Parts: sequence; C-alpha cells; structure tokens
Amino acid sequence: MRAPDMDAGVTAGDVLLAVENVSLRFGGVKAITDVSFDIRKGEIRAIIGPNGAGKTSMLNVINGFYHPQDGRITFKGRTRSKMRPYVAASQGIARTFQNVALFKGMTTLDNIMAGRTLKMRRGFFWQMLRHGPAMAEEIEHRKVVEEIIDFLEIEAIRKVPVGRLPYGLQKRVELGRALAMEPELLLLDEPMAGMNLEEKEDMCRFILDVNSQFGTTIALIEHDMGVVMDLSDRVVVLEYGRKIADGVPDEVKSNQAVIDAYLGVPH
Amino acid sequence: MFYREAGQFKTNYAADMAVFPILQDKIGIALILTLALVVIPLAGNAFFLSVVMIPFLIFALASIGLNLLTGYTGLLSLGTAGFMGVGAFACYKLTTIFPGVNIIVWILTSGLFAAAVGVFFGLPSLRIKGFYLAVATLAAQFFLQWCFIRIPWLYNYNVSGAIEVPTRTLFGIPVTGPNASPEMRYYVVLGIVILLTWVASNLVHGRIGRSWMAVRDMDIAAELMGIKLLPTKLLAFAVSSFYCGVAGALMVFLWYGGAEPEVFSINQSFLILFMVIIGGLGSLTGSFFGAALIYILPIVLRGAPSLVGLNIGAATVEHLTFMIVGALIIFFLIVEPHGLARLWQTGKQKLRVWPFPY
Ligand SMILES: Nc1ncnc2c1ncn2[C@@H]1O[C@H](COP(=O)(O)OP(=O)(O)OP(=O)(O)O)[C@@H](O)[C@H]1O
Ligand SMILES: [Mg+2]
Repeated sequence: MRAPDMDAGVTAGDVLLAVENVSLRFGGVKAITDVSFDIRKGEIRAIIGPNGAGKTSMLNVINGFYHPQDGRITFKGRTRSKMRPYVAASQGIARTFQNVALFKGMTTLDNIMAGRTLKMRRGFFWQMLRHGPAMAEEIEHRKVVEEIIDFLEIEAIRKVPVGRLPYGLQKRVELGRALAMEPELLLLDEPMAGMNLEEKEDMCRFILDVNSQFGTTIALIEHDMGVVMDLSDRVVVLEYGRKIADGVPDEVKSNQAVIDAYLGVPH
Repeated sequence: MFYREAGQFKTNYAADMAVFPILQDKIGIALILTLALVVIPLAGNAFFLSVVMIPFLIFALASIGLNLLTGYTGLLSLGTAGFMGVGAFACYKLTTIFPGVNIIVWILTSGLFAAAVGVFFGLPSLRIKGFYLAVATLAAQFFLQWCFIRIPWLYNYNVSGAIEVPTRTLFGIPVTGPNASPEMRYYVVLGIVILLTWVASNLVHGRIGRSWMAVRDMDIAAELMGIKLLPTKLLAFAVSSFYCGVAGALMVFLWYGGAEPEVFSINQSFLILFMVIIGGLGSLTGSFFGAALIYILPIVLRGAPSLVGLNIGAATVEHLTFMIVGALIIFFLIVEPHGLARLWQTGKQKLRVWPFPY
C-alpha cells in the first residue's frame, strides 16, 4: 500500500480540514450548534463527548452525508457550504461506522475490493469480458488488497462472507475497506466499541501504524478515555452539540467544563 | 471422483480469481457444456428439444436477468414480463421493417430497447425501495402490457392482434418460423444463453458486480465509498432488462413462433420471480436451478404416471402436479431459504471436507 500522494498545498502540520461555525438541525433537534475546529495533516484528532453530543453527526457532515444549515467546511484548501458523499470519497475521505456497515453478503476480500472502486477505471466493455485490461486491473488492485489483509492479519477470513464473522473482526474488515480507499483523512466512529481488551489493543496498534506508516490523518470518536489520551494528538470535546473544549489531551483532561460534562453536573 | 482442492495450489491471483477455481468444477462445466452442445441434440428427440430444453434455457436467461436486478442489486421488480415483451415486440418490428438483417442481430438489439425502457422505469429506484419499488415496476408491467394490446402498430395491425413470426434464416437454414427445425432453434438459443451467462458471470465477479452488491447490502456505506447510487441502480436496470428483452424475443421467435400480448402478463413476471427466489437470489447457477425446478419438474411429473403405466385422468395428474410442485417449493424454502444454489454450495462444501468434517 502506498502512502497517499502529498497534496501540493497541504503538507504535514498544515490544516487539512477545517469546520467553521457549523450548525445542523433535524426539525427541532439541534444536533450541532456553531462548532468550529480543524484537523491538521498527519495528526490523530479525537472527538469525544457524552452520548448524543453530536459526534457521529459531525462525521456525517464532514463526508457529506448530512448537509448543515449553517457553516463552512474547508478540505484541502477548498471551502464548501456542504460536502457531497461522492466528492468526499473521491477527494480522499474514508470512514468506518459506529454500527459496522459492511456489505454483509460479500466476502472479506470483496468488501475490501469494493473500497478500490473509485480507483478502478476499466469501463463496461472490458468488465463484460473480464480479460485483458480488466483482468490486469483486477489483479493490480487485488495485490493492494492482499497487502491490507496482511497488515490487518485477516488472511484466514479472506473468503468468508462478513455476515458470519464475529463483531471484532467485522470492525477490522471495515477498517480494511476504508484503508483500501487510500484516504488522506480517515474518520473512525468508535472503532473499539464492544471489543474486548485484546481486540482493543490490536485496533490501537493498527490505528497508530496507519497513521505513522502511511501518514494518514485520522479523526477518531472514542468513549474509552485511556485510548483517547494514548492515541490522540489533539482532542475536541462536544456536549449537546456545542464545542466545550479543544486542545492537547492533558489540557482537555484538566478542563473544568469537560470534567463537569463527564461527571454529569446539572445545567 | 473426489471433489477436493488438496494439491491444487494457486500460484497467482488470476488463478485464485477464476470463476471456477477448483479443477473438479472446471471438469463439471466442461461436462455440462458437452452434454448441452453434443449429447442432448444427438440423443434428444424433437419434442424434448422444443418442449423441454428451449423453454428451460429461455426461462433461465430471463431469471438471470431478474436475478441481476433483484438478487445482486436488491431491487425488487415485478415488471419482468413487461421488459420481455418490449424485447419481443422490438424484435418483431425490427425484423419486419428490416427483413434483410440477420435475425440474431435483431434479437440482441431488441435487448437494447428493453434496456432503455428498463432504465426509464428504474428512475424511481433512487427514491423508493423494497415493496414501493415493486409497486412502481408493477405499474410498468401494466403500462407496457396495455401498450402491447392497444398500439396496433406494434403487431403490424394483424387482425389477430398477435405477433406472427416470419421465417428468417441463418446461413440459409431457417431459425425462425414454421420451417425452423428444433435442432437449429435449440442451438441458437443455447449459443445466446451461453454467451450471455458468461457475460453476466464476468460482470458480477468484477467491479460492477461488487458495486451492485454493495448497493444491495448497505447503500449508505456504498455511497460514502464513492459508488454513485443512481447510475449503479440504473445500470442494473439496463443490464437486467436487456437480458429479459432478449429472453422475450427468444421466447416468441424461437419457442412459441408467435405470441399474443397475454404471454407478457403479470403471471409471467411472478413465474420468473419464483424461479429466482427458489433458485437463489444472487446466484447465476441458481437461476438455472430455479428454471429447472419450476418449468421442467411439472413436465416430468405430468409424464410420470403414463411412463410407469399408471392410468390416471389428465385432470387428476394436473392437480397432483400443482400440489407436488407447491409442496416442493415450500419444502425447499424451509430447508434452505437461500435457494437451491445455496443447497448446492453447502453440499459441495460438505463433499470437500468429507469424510472428516472438522
Ligand atoms: N438522522 C437523524 N434524524 C434525527 N435526529 C438525529 C439524526 N441523527 C442524529 N440525530 C440526533 O442528533 C443528536 C446527536 O446524535 P449523534 O448520533 O451525532 O450523537 P453521538 O455523539 O454520536 O452519540 P453516541 O455517543 O451515542 O454515538 C442526537 O440527539 C440524535 O438523536
Ligand atoms: Mg455516535
């Protein structure tokens, strides 16, 4: 797997994605209210907050699944009032889901191969023949996918339909599918939820390796504070759809508003 | 013969990505092809070819068409017969307007007309799914059937209101019309079915097939991976309707030899949907199994009593056939809700590890 090409304008440490004054409402429910933060190239950025704080909604805004009523999103120097899923995907944003969203009827291999769809160019004619250029392309991408499979240590389940896999492995396959897109920005929605200690440690290792080996920028939602403090470079804290803190883990940990939010001080 | 993969190591990805990676499967396919291409035409009589094999292949082709849409892409359709009808009437118009062009060219071209109509009626699929989409395709079915009856131009103003298939030849030998021999018709149908099955298999094993299944299994995730939902679904409608259209043209030109609009009624749509479900959603092999079970089995059952010398009235045989086929369908659905293809797969898997299942 190659590290994604460094975009001309964005080098490590620069702002890769900026969210400014974003507000999102569902009817009367205010999921996100006037939130601004940025994600720098190469960092691991944690988004934390109590249940219903708007974390998942924020990821959905970033990759264009939800369209905010107000605010701007700047990705790789281009400012938009809303993202579109196709644009987000083709510009290099990949994600995993809070409740695994794999293609249940397909094998591990096909799931991860599906992550290569945007990179495959051969049109309908060659696909009908599945020979010549179409086969060459298929093999080329299969090689990349096999590297991902090795990296995630899931060789044994290559040909298993993912619906039959245990939850922990499904989460791993889903990470593999996102990695197959060779994203510049990887959004992980609670990648360790529901895992046992050993699985969590594996997943932490994979996340750190992805970040360091491929230089992938990662935004991570996680409830386990130990994990957040260990993994992330900077943390943004949401509560009831508002940003209440933003900074390095130590700052955030000692922030009074964050402590109150987590201990449940009445408002 | 043992069904084993032991000793068969795959040394490159191309071998591993083959549709039939195991040697025994390849031998099986070769046997089936020999059977279909050589043994059946030599051994089978005219009745067997025209009443069993030709219709079976045509139904299998239509089932593959519907399976691409419903089984692979997850879009339920009740418009199958309508799309088949478009193929049949398009082929009829084309060959009567341009009689000089080879009929096989027109049969395949008529599929393109069905594809265009399919895409049009597939447009609502962006907004609606499941039963609601089924209702939309039902509307297509009724509208198309209405057209077949009410637009006399489609059947060249024949007083009978039906298609009358003219004689067309291939290398000087008639393939359609009253003088076409069953062998000739069988070979043409078989050739087209083999070709289109191969194409379908190529499509579903590559990028396009994965996009279809991704949309079926989790459309949100597919979209966020850059798979555009509408084009993917419309492509499924186009390819599916193409197959149904070709099947419809074959049905009228190489099986019935003439047809009333009644042939393309909702019953036909349901019949093919049954074949797909019983055979196995999302399986090309299953489409053949489904067509065999629903079309061939009743013929065998009807013929069975007289073969073994039992003297039962025709009406009773008919009733018994209905009951037995119905019971079998329910039995198979209980044993394996994923269809005969899955049953076949499980059987092969057991054979692979037999006699030590662990
Ligand atoms: N599609 C939707 N329609 C209506 N309301 C929604 C929708 N999506 C999210 N919400 C609401 O927005 C708020 C924020 O939800 P969100 O899922 O973003 O929270 P979260 O921080 O991810 O919580 P959790 O930790 O439980 O995953 C909640 O009140 C939720 O009910
Ligand atoms: Mg959430």
